[in-house]
Amino acid sequence: MLRKLLIGTALASGLAFAAHAEDVKEVQMLHWWTSGGEAAALNVLKGDLAKEGYAWKDVPVAGGGGDAAMTALKAMVAAGNYPTASQMLGYTVLDYAAAGVMGDLTETAKKEGWDKSVPAALQKFSVYEGKWVAAPVNVHSVNWLWINKAVMDKIGGTEPKTFDDFVALLDKAKAAGVIPLALGGQNWQEATMFDSVVLSTGGPEFYKKAFNDLDDASLKSDTMKKSFDNLAKLVTYVDPNFSGRDWNLATAMVIKGDALVQVMGDWAKGEFHAAKKTPGTDFLCYRFPGTDGSVIYNSDMFGMFNVPDDRKAAQVALATATLSKSFQSAFNVVKGSVPARTDVPDTDFDACGKKGIADLKAANDGGTLFGSLAQGYGAPPAVANAYKDVVSKFVHGQIKTSDEAVTELVKAIDDAK
Amino acid sequence: MSTVATSQIKLTPERHRASVRSRLQDALPKIVLAPSFAITIVFVYGFILWTIYLSFTNSKTFPSYVITGSRAYQRLWGWTFDTDPPSSWYTSITNMGIFGFLYIFICLALGLFLAILLDQKIRGEGVLRPIYLYPMALSFIVTGVAWKWFLDPGLGLEQTLHQWGWTSFHFDWIKNKDFVIYTVVIAGVWQASGFIMAMFLAGLRGIDGEIMKAAQIDGATTFQLYRRIVIPLLRPIFLSAFIVLAHLAIKSYDLVVALTSGGPGGSAWLPSNFMYEYTFKRNEMAVGSASAVIMLMTIVAIIVPYLYSELREKPR
Repeated sequence: MLRKLLIGTALASGLAFAAHAEDVKEVQMLHWWTSGGEAAALNVLKGDLAKEGYAWKDVPVAGGGGDAAMTALKAMVAAGNYPTASQMLGYTVLDYAAAGVMGDLTETAKKEGWDKSVPAALQKFSVYEGKWVAAPVNVHSVNWLWINKAVMDKIGGTEPKTFDDFVALLDKAKAAGVIPLALGGQNWQEATMFDSVVLSTGGPEFYKKAFNDLDDASLKSDTMKKSFDNLAKLVTYVDPNFSGRDWNLATAMVIKGDALVQVMGDWAKGEFHAAKKTPGTDFLCYRFPGTDGSVIYNSDMFGMFNVPDDRKAAQVALATATLSKSFQSAFNVVKGSVPARTDVPDTDFDACGKKGIADLKAANDGGTLFGSLAQGYGAPPAVANAYKDVVSKFVHGQIKTSDEAVTELVKAIDDAK
Repeated sequence: MSTVATSQIKLTPERHRASVRSRLQDALPKIVLAPSFAITIVFVYGFILWTIYLSFTNSKTFPSYVITGSRAYQRLWGWTFDTDPPSSWYTSITNMGIFGFLYIFICLALGLFLAILLDQKIRGEGVLRPIYLYPMALSFIVTGVAWKWFLDPGLGLEQTLHQWGWTSFHFDWIKNKDFVIYTVVIAGVWQASGFIMAMFLAGLRGIDGEIMKAAQIDGATTFQLYRRIVIPLLRPIFLSAFIVLAHLAIKSYDLVVALTSGGPGGSAWLPSNFMYEYTFKRNEMAVGSASAVIMLMTIVAIIVPYLYSELREKPR
């Protein structure tokens, strides 16, 4: 009887296995794009894959959000149960590649010419030891100003070209009784703004040395101290209630005209679109003053796992569809970012998107495309979070002077390296 | 299990049936308890050991099983004395001290006070009791979000009072790095004190009325009555309440996240936030594990002597 039971179980599991082996026409996808605009953007990809006969299956994540998804992914990978692909950010891709669980898409990449069309800075994260392990979906850029045009006209402001111009503009807004700068006091928002401040204060070379190469001398330098001073200056233009505010609430302040400007990545554009605002007439997008010509980026990627052979065809189809020009255009128009390849026509994009595409191309050609440290594209997560801690403690007053901030920054980054 | 039993019956003569059955009956409680016992052993004690093991490795994103010494503890120890500017770990443990002490103390005091008031045979007790008790039915997330809105100077109390004309009123603790931890205490106390009240109320109802009457006849004032008789008799309730509150305090991760999202510059972190941040966001699993072990040791250091002193007196 016991033996019968065992045989039965073995048979049943064998059947289950056989059933699994036939499951090749399916893409299992772990992602956290569940909110309105993002989900709509992803539907484009689902449709493209359905045309080729591949079904789409979301890997459920409790709680939404990137952190929960990454925790779920960790558990899945530890159990040897890889999804076809997962939405991933920067260094996470490299971590998983180093752990040897990522697939190899080099053949597809060669056939599709990704190494020529995808910016080199992005390939640092999508290619590991010569093998393509991830398909970049988009490029967000961080060094943007989002300005309410009505308020701008009221105070008679013009596009600020330097940091001092920017401060003068903020002064004008303050005099007019508007909150000059909308900021959410969460560490990643403060650090994202500081990325731009450093690029503006020190220039492209300095940003790269300090925040991509983590060069000790640059981190300790007077330029870094000046950057902290500039950040402190910006923080004086923030309303007293900013601490803990979510980024989209800060964007809403600009949309409603309560505040003049927000320094935020281009995902903020999604909020303006959702509020039915058009660039140029309702709101303005400028590069952070003094950073024109350079782009601080972060990028969403689909990490491709080392799935069994019978699921590889689906994976290749997913990767090809992800980097196809039509999807890159359709997705990024909705998402607010720009395509992850530089040869996609910009016809469907709005003014800000067109500028973003042109800037990305120029920055890629000119070598001024840099990973955002705050967004996890400048250094591994341990360092990036240590950096966010220091910036946030400086903004909120636990760290009192820029001298102390520089010392703490060097110490925290050394400690986390 | 039943397969084994039936095959035994086939092998043995009829008269053994009774003894097999009684043996099965004896084993039944053990069989029923076995799954939960096994689950507890593996998922509680097994993972405690695993966490201790990981804290001595150099695990980063993924667990690594090579023992590399106590570097994680050395880093934590170093951070413990990083007071200016405060390190995240220093902030976490000082917050734990402030929060733990105030939360437990105020909940006990307020719970006892409310219970004594409710115990005065007042009318409408049936209505009042659930009003105090129901906050406990809410999750920490709901409590956190509700209090976040209430305490936000731009939305809640301060804004409302300004609209009513009291424009000098100022209450921005939730935005203030030095006071944000006290808002966590406020929300926590609001949630748990009703439950503690219910525990004390049950205890008060269990006190023999004869003792009270005897004391009153002996001329004890109300204050003396509570001070000398009721509160000492409630000692087992204090123990239970303390244990409930202590573990709520140490595990209150979600309250901090929902109420303050970590506070300005991370100033509202508790060790549990520190542990989660380091293990899952910063990929420093060894440091996260070490902090979890220290949290466990702290609980053990508080609870074990207390349990020991309380339980030792029992066999009279």
